[in-house]
Amino acid sequence: MPIPESHVSMAIDDRAAVASIHGVTHRYGTTIGLDGLSLDIPSGRMVGVIGPDGVGKSTLLALIAGAKKIQQGKVIVLGGDIAGARHRRETCPRIAYMPQGLGKNLYFELSVQENVDFMARLFGLTAGERLSRIRELLRATGLSPFPDRPAGKLSGGMKQKVGLCGALVHEPDLLILDEPTTGVDPLSRRQFWALIEEIRSGRPGMSVIISTAYMDEAQQWDWIVAMDAGRVLATGTPAALMERTGTSDLERCFIALLPEEKRTGHVDLTIPPRPTGKSEVAIDAKGLTCRFGNFVAVDHVSLTIERGEIFGFLGSNGCGKSTTMKMLTGLLPPTEGSAKLFGQPVDAGSIEVRKNIGYMTQAFSLYGELTVRQNLVLDARLYHIPPNKAETRIKELVEKFGLGPYLDALASDLPMGLRQRLSLAVAVLHGPALLILDEPTSGVDPVARDNFWELLIDLSRNQGVTIFVTTHFMNEAMRCDRISLMHAGKVLAADVPKKLIEARGAATLEEAFIGYMEDAIGETTTDGQTKEDADLRAGTDASQHAVRSGLSLRLSRLLAYTINETMQILRDPVRLAFAFVGSALLMLVFGFGITTDVEHVRYATFDLDQTLESRSYLEQFAGAPRYFAQQAHVRSVEDALSRMQSDKISLVLEIPPNFGRDIRKGSRPEILAEVDGADTFRGETVAQYVQSVQDAMLLDPNNGIGIKPQKYTANFQDRYMYNPTFESVYAMVPSIPPILLILLPAILMAVSIVREKELGSMINFYVTPTGRLEYLIGKQLPYIAIGMMNYFVLVTMALLVFDVPLKGSFLMLTLCTLLYVTVTTGIGMVISTFTSSQVAAVFVTTIVTLLPTIQFSGFLQPVSTLAGRARFVGSIWPTTYYMHASKGVFTKGLHANLLAPDLTFLACSIPVLWTVSALALSKQER
Amino acid sequence: MTSLLNIFWLGLKELRSVSSDLVMLIFVVYSFTGAIYAQATGSSSEVNNASIAFADEDNSALSRQLAEAFYLPRFQTPEPIAVTDVETAMDEGRFMFVVVIPPQFEADLRAGRHPDIQLNIDATAMQQAAIGGGYIKNIINERISSFFRRTDDSAQPSINLIIRRLFNPNGETSWFASVVGIINQITLLTVVLTGAAVIREREHGTLEHLLVMPLTAFEIAMAKVWANSCVILVATALSLYFIVMKVLHAPFSGSVSLWFSGVLLYLFFATALGIFLGTISRSMAQFALLIIFVNVMLQLLSGGSTPVESQPVWLQYMTFFLPSRHFVSFSQKIIYRGGGLDAVWPQFAMVSVVGLAFFIYSLALFRKSIAVTK
Repeated sequence: MPIPESHVSMAIDDRAAVASIHGVTHRYGTTIGLDGLSLDIPSGRMVGVIGPDGVGKSTLLALIAGAKKIQQGKVIVLGGDIAGARHRRETCPRIAYMPQGLGKNLYFELSVQENVDFMARLFGLTAGERLSRIRELLRATGLSPFPDRPAGKLSGGMKQKVGLCGALVHEPDLLILDEPTTGVDPLSRRQFWALIEEIRSGRPGMSVIISTAYMDEAQQWDWIVAMDAGRVLATGTPAALMERTGTSDLERCFIALLPEEKRTGHVDLTIPPRPTGKSEVAIDAKGLTCRFGNFVAVDHVSLTIERGEIFGFLGSNGCGKSTTMKMLTGLLPPTEGSAKLFGQPVDAGSIEVRKNIGYMTQAFSLYGELTVRQNLVLDARLYHIPPNKAETRIKELVEKFGLGPYLDALASDLPMGLRQRLSLAVAVLHGPALLILDEPTSGVDPVARDNFWELLIDLSRNQGVTIFVTTHFMNEAMRCDRISLMHAGKVLAADVPKKLIEARGAATLEEAFIGYMEDAIGETTTDGQTKEDADLRAGTDASQHAVRSGLSLRLSRLLAYTINETMQILRDPVRLAFAFVGSALLMLVFGFGITTDVEHVRYATFDLDQTLESRSYLEQFAGAPRYFAQQAHVRSVEDALSRMQSDKISLVLEIPPNFGRDIRKGSRPEILAEVDGADTFRGETVAQYVQSVQDAMLLDPNNGIGIKPQKYTANFQDRYMYNPTFESVYAMVPSIPPILLILLPAILMAVSIVREKELGSMINFYVTPTGRLEYLIGKQLPYIAIGMMNYFVLVTMALLVFDVPLKGSFLMLTLCTLLYVTVTTGIGMVISTFTSSQVAAVFVTTIVTLLPTIQFSGFLQPVSTLAGRARFVGSIWPTTYYMHASKGVFTKGLHANLLAPDLTFLACSIPVLWTVSALALSKQER
Repeated sequence: MTSLLNIFWLGLKELRSVSSDLVMLIFVVYSFTGAIYAQATGSSSEVNNASIAFADEDNSALSRQLAEAFYLPRFQTPEPIAVTDVETAMDEGRFMFVVVIPPQFEADLRAGRHPDIQLNIDATAMQQAAIGGGYIKNIINERISSFFRRTDDSAQPSINLIIRRLFNPNGETSWFASVVGIINQITLLTVVLTGAAVIREREHGTLEHLLVMPLTAFEIAMAKVWANSCVILVATALSLYFIVMKVLHAPFSGSVSLWFSGVLLYLFFATALGIFLGTISRSMAQFALLIIFVNVMLQLLSGGSTPVESQPVWLQYMTFFLPSRHFVSFSQKIIYRGGGLDAVWPQFAMVSVVGLAFFIYSLALFRKSIAVTK
């Protein structure tokens, strides 16, 4: 909906608010993301948006960034309505947006340098600017030592730093960061915030909006927006909010801000002490090591955990926590070392060990398509708990975990907190002595988290269950009896949390953790940091980029996408293989596999006459060995049928008694040819062969049967045009490139765009000034090149492997191919605009392209024999024209003037496809 | 015993998962109804609506009658063209067949000579070219013979050749194509269902959940095999009865239970293939790309599209190891030709042996992949 832009009136607000949101509602299907939200965000500050997962933080940020289409309400950003395309285009160079998810908008195949360089190109920086700016940013973020490392191989913290570099490369006035530190280790987290702080001091006018689930982080910021269920709970400075609620930290403050019904039953957790005295050892691991190739995932980890202990396992994503847990449960055999559970050695894959373990994986890993009850019952069955016992156990758990009202709801429909409780219920269903929980509370709101911990404490203290739990939350770690800190595959320290803090003389566990990590890395970052920051500030002032003309900017953005796509394909072995090996392989299969030549038909004779005449007649068939291969004589009618049934013969020639006598008498004897008609095409062809053998015989004066050549018959001169030997390979091989050159380029093109939608890097298109055609054509160019290379491979194969000559002009065919490949990738482009998953893109493209290509474009059935709708589809389908050109050049040696209509049609389709794709491609997420 | 129970309960869970996947269900229903119908009725191996032209240089009563002998549905009404235009017209692809009747044609025949008729065939359209060419000769010979029979009754061939097409007397393509269609869909759908079940379990993280339970890889795999086989068997039975027999009126000559036993053997291979592809592909997208390839190969090389006998001999040795080729072969024997167990046991044996070997291999791979999933 077009809202008139009123820059003048908004300019006044601008000083106060960098973004104003008025009555914004956003729905995802039936669920409400944002619920009539209104908010003014002050400019020039560090603003935190806090709340658990799923309350609408990400939606709000994406709307402010202009990455998501506004459904209802109004969002004013930097003095203009962000719903207006013109305002977006003008302001997007002033906004930087980093979406949620570690490295969500990065290209994992590309290196650090290439990722940042790509963003810089999209914002139109010149080569010189890019070089210096990227060098500054990489140095400031400490990424300088690894500019060539692929982004996919970086740790979570480093990925976020690369993302930040990409966001800052064009010097924005508004920086929007969506959960930038989730899943990042405390040290990297601290470095990250220090970096942001430094950048802000270099650009004091810059506004920063950040969402986070870590309340302790947000406590340091200027201004807080607390959100719940798509609404704003409260806004203000952290100090003001805490004062209002009378709390001492932001987490308790947030709980206090929650509406009454969500808080009920929430009390501050108290953890009863563990009974002292020597207890049985539950887990005893010695020198556990796991290597994947050269990579050491877990490096000599030794642990001893007692029965009934709650043992916390801390560390960043990818530090080896999950791998350690898998070795402890016997899911993964250790490369070195050993583990014992309750005194029994863990054999990899041992069933007995597993009966003692309850395991809750990181992501929700129950069946979303089953109900709560079905999930519980399935597990009871798989653990072979007798039905009546299972029933009471399930009842007991349902009551204790508060799942009663949701028994018949689908697990996928439950809110996060409930899902985690269900997962826990399933994990303890069979009464295990050891529980292994992998980040059970990530994404769960603080109240639900506390409820969850109550259950854990009960299990540990009252039922003696040993609990092994990983977490990112320091306040949860504080609740554990002992914790271990893990980094890069090594356990740095393991002890009671308080003792760890004391040992380092730190104020908080987080500080202690950071201390241990810095020791492990063996460097202090503070010194280097200040020097780099000075550089950064200097660089910021200097780089005021040059004005470039519109067209050259467009071209450079287009090329940025081309370069980006090319590098991605070159580094993705699966797609690369699909593009090149695929076409060659399919060419072989099509070329050798589809052949309509019917030769060496196995036949048998059933000669009831046994005269000179009958034998002479049958000899005619034996005399055509290319077509007929004689088998043993048939003895009876039953014999004939059973041999036909088991496909040993396909033709029986039956000569009746008295055949010779009838010939001599001049009466017309009958001959019966029984043909296997199961395969209709083959049967028909065999029937024709039989007929033509007889026809030829009757015309031949020396046929040996003693009948005169038949009167009144014409002599047929067959002229097999374009394929004189009438072998199917000459007709088939030239028709294969048109099929393969539509199927493969269209699929690859569609996947390349849909892949960006699915993986999230499409955001870069939404929030940069890139135009639709720049994006589309930029991505298309590499696939046109792939198509052309495929074409050369296919032509070479046709000439060398299949010995099919090229009679016409190779140059003309190449020109046709160039246009054709542009058209077929264009079709993939159109399909990509309305498919949203890669799987759908592959299947839809295959069905849409293959059907008209095989049926209506003259592959098997000539276009001239089509009628009605089929003819219409054929006449607008590009393969029809390229098929004509390919067959024409290969077999007919056609001249340029006969190819002109094909060229014209293909050339005219290109702008049509571009227009359709550009119109259908959305510049914002829906 | 506990193992069997595990397989049973897990299989029930598979069935629930499939039945809640609406897109997959629609895909299955379409594949076994619309897709088969379209393939059976839209097939192009028959000569239908073929374009033909006559260059008549005789312009006699007979030559004019010859042109009138061609009509729909097999042939379009012949277009008259000049002899000099034949090449260009065929270059442009306007006609598949051009018949050139020489001057003095009728007179030569009357004089007892055998004048030449030139039959130009666009041999780039292989399937129609040979059969259509044969039809044209038969029609012309027939017409000449009946033209002269009015004055001379010796104008017919002295041997009466009767060609009888067994198993499909009227040569209805839809009979053959519908069964080939079912066979292709069984392969495609079984592989897609089983492979997707493996990948879905891995992408949703539920595989990890199963692995920490007292279950073996064999049990997890077998549950997928029986549950998905069940879906396919039911779909096949319904499709065979309603689409193939009722709608397309194709006959089923042999024993239905024998054929279904064969299908069961084949499903063992197809599910193993699904598990194999689901295991080696890292994502659903890679799986989809792989499926396209494997499916095209299985379909083209198994004898459903063009006869196996037409393949080069070296290729026939290779396709001998494709269970789908034997599946097509025994299906044709049982369904069209009414063959019994004595006719199909070699195919049954081959499908079982290759299927079992591949199943064991896939299972080993599946077990190994589970061990290293992150």
